[in-house]
Amino acid sequence: MTDVTLTKRDFTSDQEVRWCPGCGDYSILSTVQSFLPTLGLPRENIVFISGIGCSSRFPYYLETFGIHSIHGRAPAIASGLAISRPDLTIFVITGDGDALSIGGNHLIHALRRNVNLKILLFNNRIYGLTKGQYSPTSESGKVTKSTPIGSLDTPFNPISLALGAEATFVARSIDTDRKHLTEMLQAAAAHKGSALIEIYQNCPIFNDDAFLAVKDGDTKGATLLQLIHGSPIKSETHGVIMESGSMKVVELSTVSERDLVVHNANNPDPSYAFALSRLSSSELDHVPVGIFRDVARAEYSSLVNQQIADVIAKDGAGNLASLLASGDTWVVN
Amino acid sequence: MSKTVVPLHQVSIRFAGDSGDGMQLTGDRFTMDTAILGNDISTLPNFPAEIRAPQGTLLGVSSFQLHFADHHIQTPGDAPDVLVAMNPAALKANIKDLAKGATIIVDADEFVPRNLTKVGYETNPLEDGALDGYKVHPIALTSLTVATLSELNLSRKDAERSKNMFALGLLTWMYSRPTETTEKFLTGKFAKKPDLLEANLLAFKAGWNFGETTEEFSVSYQIAPAKMPAGKYRNISGNTALSYGLIAAAKQSGLKLFLGSYPITPASDILHELSKHKRFGVITFQAEDEIAAVGSALGAAYGGAIGVTSTSGPGLALKAEMIGLGVMLELPLIVIDVQRGGPSTGLPTKTEQADLLQAMYGRNGESPVVVIAPATPKDCFNMAIEAVRIATTYRVPVFILSDGYIANGSEPWRIPDETELPDLHVEFAHTEENFMPYSRDPKTLARPWAIPGTKGIEHRIGGVEKADQTGAISYDPTNHDFMVRTRAAKVAGVQVPDLTVDDVTGDAKVLLLGWGSTFGPIAAAVEALRENGQKVAQAHLKYINPFPKNLGDVLAKYDRVIVPEMNLGQLALLLRSEFLKDITGYNKVRGLPFSTTEIIEATMAVLSD
Ligand SMILES: Cc1ncc(C[n+]2csc(CCOP(=O)(O)OP(=O)(O)O)c2C)c(N)n1
Ligand code: SF4
Ligand SMILES: [Mg+2]
Repeated sequence: MTDVTLTKRDFTSDQEVRWCPGCGDYSILSTVQSFLPTLGLPRENIVFISGIGCSSRFPYYLETFGIHSIHGRAPAIASGLAISRPDLTIFVITGDGDALSIGGNHLIHALRRNVNLKILLFNNRIYGLTKGQYSPTSESGKVTKSTPIGSLDTPFNPISLALGAEATFVARSIDTDRKHLTEMLQAAAAHKGSALIEIYQNCPIFNDDAFLAVKDGDTKGATLLQLIHGSPIKSETHGVIMESGSMKVVELSTVSERDLVVHNANNPDPSYAFALSRLSSSELDHVPVGIFRDVARAEYSSLVNQQIADVIAKDGAGNLASLLASGDTWVVN
Repeated sequence: MSKTVVPLHQVSIRFAGDSGDGMQLTGDRFTMDTAILGNDISTLPNFPAEIRAPQGTLLGVSSFQLHFADHHIQTPGDAPDVLVAMNPAALKANIKDLAKGATIIVDADEFVPRNLTKVGYETNPLEDGALDGYKVHPIALTSLTVATLSELNLSRKDAERSKNMFALGLLTWMYSRPTETTEKFLTGKFAKKPDLLEANLLAFKAGWNFGETTEEFSVSYQIAPAKMPAGKYRNISGNTALSYGLIAAAKQSGLKLFLGSYPITPASDILHELSKHKRFGVITFQAEDEIAAVGSALGAAYGGAIGVTSTSGPGLALKAEMIGLGVMLELPLIVIDVQRGGPSTGLPTKTEQADLLQAMYGRNGESPVVVIAPATPKDCFNMAIEAVRIATTYRVPVFILSDGYIANGSEPWRIPDETELPDLHVEFAHTEENFMPYSRDPKTLARPWAIPGTKGIEHRIGGVEKADQTGAISYDPTNHDFMVRTRAAKVAGVQVPDLTVDDVTGDAKVLLLGWGSTFGPIAAAVEALRENGQKVAQAHLKYINPFPKNLGDVLAKYDRVIVPEMNLGQLALLLRSEFLKDITGYNKVRGLPFSTTEIIEATMAVLSD
């Protein structure tokens, strides 16, 4: 506990924010700035580490410690910091290209190790900073500068990918839904280990309205399947049921409330969260938002440091003179 | 009958066999028994790239060469005086390297038609006169070992595996080495496998007794201790010395040591060694790839640890962009490159010095780093400490260029007293108003090492060009020019010791200038040349970026400068461009260290020019 009471302003740096007008990054920034004081941590114990991309400019705008690193590598740098400085609270800011293309390897390994990193993946389904090429989350057939007659790639589902990488905490939220995003950030911060939040982020310049279905007043009620621990999984019009061993989205009018799957984010079986992640197709007809999975597993930095502490407790702290003189020695007079 | 004991000044022995024959262990043991007698030593292990190449083939031959003497020596020896060959492949692969009249001990049991044809011997070299001129001892090592162990409840295969200990016992007798150290070693190694312990001990003793009793050998030899400075000694390889140097530096600086690494030959032993020393609080992190390895080290450095990454050439290529970030962030970072044959996968288990330009320039933009290179296995200890001193003082990436030769080779090392180690204390930035992350110490040009957790100095850094002082993003042309020059000036201003020149008469016209692991063969060549009345000077560069301040003056003094390098002239290129001095390169890339003879010949060619 600290006696500091900080405000959003205390977490706002003096740097001029330089995203395009209307960029979804603005609302995420504002939400994060408001959320940080609620952690009750001194600013100097918080570190934001980003890669490269529009989203990765994020650390500059926060009055904490921060590194704007190189493309895709933030989880690697953050892992080294987290392991050697378990006293710090570390956020990784990354984009869909940064995290899932060039940095895919670091992301999956940070998740599998369960390093204490809160990873905010800004998914705008496009390469923003390099001015509009398709990304690993762009839908097949996407027309961009580098795919003038349509992308041939099958996209990643970031939630499925994270679950496959043994992630212990995986959530999805939306840039403009401040309340929901704040809840996800709080849950991620409370989680011991890696936490990945996929944040749908609009890029009005190169991929405008990519997430219209989850934002437009006419459609979002039906599209957003709310994942609330202990509650049936449903949108305003649809719900999730189990049918012959698989999950299925059906109209609420066709089933009774009792048939709906009741969400258990703590389900130890990852195939449960995986099945949920598969409910969102690349066309965004149904999109679960909320916490897919939140399970306890030993956090990596504490394991590393515990192993060291155990060895020292058992064998005593190292003595340099005896190390140097270990093995066979002889004396010359 | 007691046998004659003949005194010798020096011997070079090569143990060679199949990679499954335990030749490295045999060599290691013989080395230790020899070190304890106080001889000076230099070793050269040579491994095949394949872990277990097909048995009995030339590809699968593994060897260990050991040179020991009653005086100071610099190299493992050009041409072994003794070859122990465990099979026809080992004989065939090594015979061309032997000294005239060398002694050859072979396992006669292995010289059967099947094994001979496997390596292309049409007739048995033990019988067809191919080995005339050598002193050949065909000994049935396998069957003697199996017979020795017949009482034990072992499979024939397990029994045969002890034949390396039989050979070791025989050599131990031949060169009057003590038996206790090997016995003690085996007792430790096989503490949990009593039947294997018994087998190995019995085979070892049987080998010794065989030497003592058989008429095959009429003499044994003795090599008196070498004169060495007083002190406590041990034998040490370059990779171990590097690891110990880092641990010592962590202690002297009071900082945590963090190694981020991805396994690669011949650097993995640094990861293995440091992983053993958790008692010192050392954190080792086997990352998912080399980029993550160096990235984690940089992250740890940002947090106030000594961040180290260890690799070899291909891994270094992957780390380039992250090292560039280290240059930009101006954080201490230590990059160990244990060089091997390249390009690409190249010759993974062989030595080379061809990463010098990669270390110097292998990054985008003007990206200066400090480059230092240990000269011998034991020198790796000092250079690791130097790397930490420079990195933490100047907040800059520092490369240590070792190579396969000194990484795996070993020599006696006088164990330093802790009082001989430098004070490496560093100051982190403290809480202050208006903290400037890119302000500089006027003397070193280092920026503050401002670690998270320090109140009031929260700041953001990154790979985008930064404004002087504030560190804010800046695309200003003048600022970029200034920052590029400042980073270069900082590295150029790193204090390194002057180059010392060994020029006994003071009037030599030819300078032999080496760097890194070529020290041994060059020093041995210079010694031999001087014994023959030739005048040559020798100097050895351990600091390559920046060069020692007096290097230009040294080069100017000599009519001819010969630079032997295991590459096609990389240091020569740097010297020419920096000093406009003509350099005579002597370049070989055979995956092997230089022999003394070839350096003597190259120097003679210049002397008689
Ligand atoms: C090694 C490297 N390769 C390529 C680039 C160019 N680059 C910068 S950002 C980017 C893609 C960014 O996309 P994303 O991660 O989705 O971030 P966004 O800009 O959309 O937020 C690329 C390809 C780079 N900076 N570094
Ligand atoms: S290009 Fe797109 S993602 Fe980048 S700042 Fe502009 S709107 Fe935002
Ligand atoms: Mg993107």
